[in-house]
Amino acid sequence: MNLDHATVRHIARLARLALPDGELDAVSADLTQVLHLFDELQTANVEGLNPLAHPLDVTVTLRDDAVTETDRSETLLALAPESQGGYYLVPKVIE
Amino acid sequence: MSRAWEAVIGLEIHAQLSTASKLFSGAPTAYGAEPNTQASAVDVALPGTLPVPNRAAIAKAIRFGLAIDGQIASTSVFARKNYFYPDLPKGYQISQYELPIVGRGTLAVRVDDGRTIAVAIERAHLEEDAGKSVHDAFHAETGIDLNRAGVPLLEIVSAPVMHSAAEAVAYMRTVHTLVRWLGICDGNMQEGSFRCDCNVSVRPAGTTTLGTRTEIKNVNSFRFVEKAIEYEIERQIRAIENGETIVQETRLYDPTRHQTRTMRTKESADDYRYFPDPDLPPLVVTSADIERERASMPELPGARRARYVAALALPEADADQLCADKATADYFEAVLSALPGEAKLAANWVLGELAAALNEAQTPIEAARVDAAALATLLARLREGVISGKIAKEVFAAMWNGEGGADAIIEARGLRQISDTGALAAVIDEVLREFPQQRDACRGGQEKLFPFFVGQVMKRTRGQANPQQLNALLREKIGLETA
Repeated sequence: MNLDHATVRHIARLARLALPDGELDAVSADLTQVLHLFDELQTANVEGLNPLAHPLDVTVTLRDDAVTETDRSETLLALAPESQGGYYLVPKVIE
Repeated sequence: MSRAWEAVIGLEIHAQLSTASKLFSGAPTAYGAEPNTQASAVDVALPGTLPVPNRAAIAKAIRFGLAIDGQIASTSVFARKNYFYPDLPKGYQISQYELPIVGRGTLAVRVDDGRTIAVAIERAHLEEDAGKSVHDAFHAETGIDLNRAGVPLLEIVSAPVMHSAAEAVAYMRTVHTLVRWLGICDGNMQEGSFRCDCNVSVRPAGTTTLGTRTEIKNVNSFRFVEKAIEYEIERQIRAIENGETIVQETRLYDPTRHQTRTMRTKESADDYRYFPDPDLPPLVVTSADIERERASMPELPGARRARYVAALALPEADADQLCADKATADYFEAVLSALPGEAKLAANWVLGELAAALNEAQTPIEAARVDAAALATLLARLREGVISGKIAKEVFAAMWNGEGGADAIIEARGLRQISDTGALAAVIDEVLREFPQQRDACRGGQEKLFPFFVGQVMKRTRGQANPQQLNALLREKIGLETA
């Protein structure tokens, strides 16, 4: 399957990537190549195997429900480009 | 709704699990803190941080699964739901997708018209909440508070099996009661601990293919859910009857206008590209984990309600009200255990005098100023005939005001009912002597005068006459047939 330009633009948009029209051909060729690799994987015999959610044969570790974090908002807010009154500031979001 | 159409409704309820710390970090979840003071490095998604799931959140999800007789997955998987929004710092929300912790279950729901419907629940999965965007406090910018980011939610997804706003609201109320009853969610809707998305479609009555649905986002009151669904059903029917097509879209409910409006349509629609979160290996729930929760499960509201009707012979309406929350039902049972066999009397008082006092004082029943044992003592005196019902209310008010227990108040105020026939007879004689004309008229058949005499005697005994005794004695002395 070859990815058309519309699909590539859509994928770029979902990833919030600016993709100049001049690069569409090259990117769609690259992505198509990746899809071919998946086609190859699809031919593997997986009869009787359960889908794998994680590459390692481990299960998740849980923690007890306890508050272990203290307020470090000053340090964390200082990492942001802009903050005010304890809030992180971002460009106006209008729905 | 026009009878030519049938509405089909499914709800997605987000219940905030009442844990002290977040789903994947040790930051606190308390409501109302200063912005960003409860957002740890994990919650703000600093590179290099890793999520570690909260055991209590898992346990609470299991409890819900047990309560709806759902399938609890021995292995479930956390997945990334990818989208960009400023209050979602990682660029994805950790949720569950193909393998949720709770699979198909069912919930019996009593609708206002008296029917009970079985609502299928397709799944309930764990996920983290996002932060909060503040749009109007800053000039030309949006403020972000990440205190909510990472707070544990259980998303409860019903099958599209409800057919009216009334059914949907009844289901939502049932879930609301259940999660509070189980102690897994505080149910506070103002604080956003319990909120709902409604999926609504309509189809010609008698057909089975689902129509195109719209989703109404984030409705946070029972009344708004009812209004929003009613509006949306009407809007869709009108549109179809006008030859328009329903567009699959997300809509917002406007509570001031009781309308829904378009928020985003399918073209700009969600494409979340879920995949298993590589940071989180599969979540394993053992049968020991399940049994541990099962052992501490309370009697469920539906079962308790049925028991009140069947074993205690309470009217269904009383049983419904008592079982609306666990604290009320527990209070009722505590009264009843001190006053065996008086279920109806106990119910009347818990739902009547006590509920009114709680309501007036804006106090939850857990903090009632008259506890169950004290109320039981008062009701015992009422049953023993020491005081009348009217006096009992006065004593209750005094107890509520902190004047002491029932017995102390009855003694201090001299409220003991006059059960001495001689004393009562003397008062009756006095009254009948004073109003001979009325007495003769009453005797002659004008029985509507009877309450006048009752009133006179009550007045002179300051309400302390035993009503049954008074009635019998008065009828006898006037010369009426004894009732």
